[in-house]
Amino acid sequence: MSEKVLMKGNEAIAEAAILCGCRHYYGYPITPQTEVAAYMAKRMPKVGGVFLQAESEIAAVNMVIGTSAAGCRVMTSSSSPGISLKSEGLSYMAGCDLPALIVNVQRGGPGLGGIQPSQSDYFQATRGGGHGDYHMIVLAPASIQEMVDMTVKGFALADKYRMPCMLLADGTMGQMMEPVSLDITAPETVEKPWAVTGTGCKRPHNVVNSLSLNSEELEVWNFERFKRYETLAENETMYEEYCMDDAEICVVAFGIAARVSKNAIDAARAQGVKVGMVRPITLYPFPKAPLLKAAEHCKSFISVELSMGQMIEDVELAIRCKRPVTLCNRVGGLIPTPEQVLASILKANEM
Amino acid sequence: MTSKILFAGFGGQGILFSGKFLAYEGLLEERQVSWLPSYGPEMRGGTASCSVILSDTAIGSPIVTTPDILIAMNLPSYDKYESTVEKGGKIFVDSSLVQRSAMRDDVDTYYIPATRLASENGMPTLANMIILGKVIKETAVIPFENVERTLKKVISAKRADMLEVNMKALKLGYDYEG
Repeated sequence: MSEKVLMKGNEAIAEAAILCGCRHYYGYPITPQTEVAAYMAKRMPKVGGVFLQAESEIAAVNMVIGTSAAGCRVMTSSSSPGISLKSEGLSYMAGCDLPALIVNVQRGGPGLGGIQPSQSDYFQATRGGGHGDYHMIVLAPASIQEMVDMTVKGFALADKYRMPCMLLADGTMGQMMEPVSLDITAPETVEKPWAVTGTGCKRPHNVVNSLSLNSEELEVWNFERFKRYETLAENETMYEEYCMDDAEICVVAFGIAARVSKNAIDAARAQGVKVGMVRPITLYPFPKAPLLKAAEHCKSFISVELSMGQMIEDVELAIRCKRPVTLCNRVGGLIPTPEQVLASILKANEM
Repeated sequence: MTSKILFAGFGGQGILFSGKFLAYEGLLEERQVSWLPSYGPEMRGGTASCSVILSDTAIGSPIVTTPDILIAMNLPSYDKYESTVEKGGKIFVDSSLVQRSAMRDDVDTYYIPATRLASENGMPTLANMIILGKVIKETAVIPFENVERTLKKVISAKRADMLEVNMKALKLGYDYEG
């Protein structure tokens, strides 16, 4: 294994993308993800790549569409309000079946909100964000090493399933430094016979498009896409279980909320409370199976979130409302303390 | 062992740099490390802060809410965080900028006139490293014999001329008795 380095999450994503062979980045600055763009501005010219600060988020996402349609590995990044602007493009990308990596380093909302960490774009990310029937793959890293590993995974899955993939981080993950190994294997480049690369007068034209005025045809496209989503859910769902073997209470948390929850679980275990955690790593597809299994031996669930309670709905659906699920949260840029999560665990234990 | 350290002060006092120094020391010792800065408007006035955790086991939350070691480089930081320090913890105060003394007797408080020492010794921007020298002396957070190696890692080759003066600042704080 190569030597570990200390890097901010935002920089680690950018370096990992370059190591993955991504040579096209388009973005627009916004706190707390600006280091991604700054890093790309510095590094891309040195590796023969393109860094372009677009005139707006909407322009940036449309450049991503064009580059992806030409068959190139491409990414963009932003924070919550910027992702809203990009959402039209995300819907078009899904409609065109185009792969790309989109990074959202979330901040508090709605509207312009604040600049401190948040997870309140969960609905937007997991439901697609833009209009129409579609999903993106949504990856939720909880360490700087995972910021790197999920960047690699994100490019690979996007290409494999021909769909946009979102890396859903938050302000702490973007700004924090941890030791990280960049000894990664870049995902293999896949054949893209659909790409718009010029026919060389040797083949018919490729057309990348999301428009069909033929309803029967459009329906077939939608059915086919959702078949792919099923395969994705079967093969690519990722999660981590922590102290779940004998757990009677199950905490569900992702990203920074999972880090905080780990401290609370250790503290509760020290008091003899049997509590564990399921940490979704893919938010879409959501790890329904391990949660449903946990409902067999857990009397209650706690969803720890930096939102008013968004993932909690997926937890309730996953366990088919068999057990009570409570919410432990802070919003507006604040993060629950381990003490707050511990209090929720102890309360659940009394029930 | 786990050390939870909180650096706090004004933006521009080198709060993030001192944190980074400890984080690199942890990295070189192959320990678990996290470094989390405050970011945004706090950096432009008011209190800037930086959470550093050094541990031999996996780190959960990277946010230091109850530090074992607090470095308070100005009064607003001291007022804000003094009460959060763990019982038996250690607080290091830049007494050039903080006029009051401790309100708690269940923690050890050290007063170092770091800003004054820095300007008297011709290193006005290194009060952070002077106070860090004292932290290293009074806590087991890192061994002093490692600091030169770590400095070489943190200070980029372009700024190699800063190495000696940073060493001097750390030593000044390390040897400070008062």
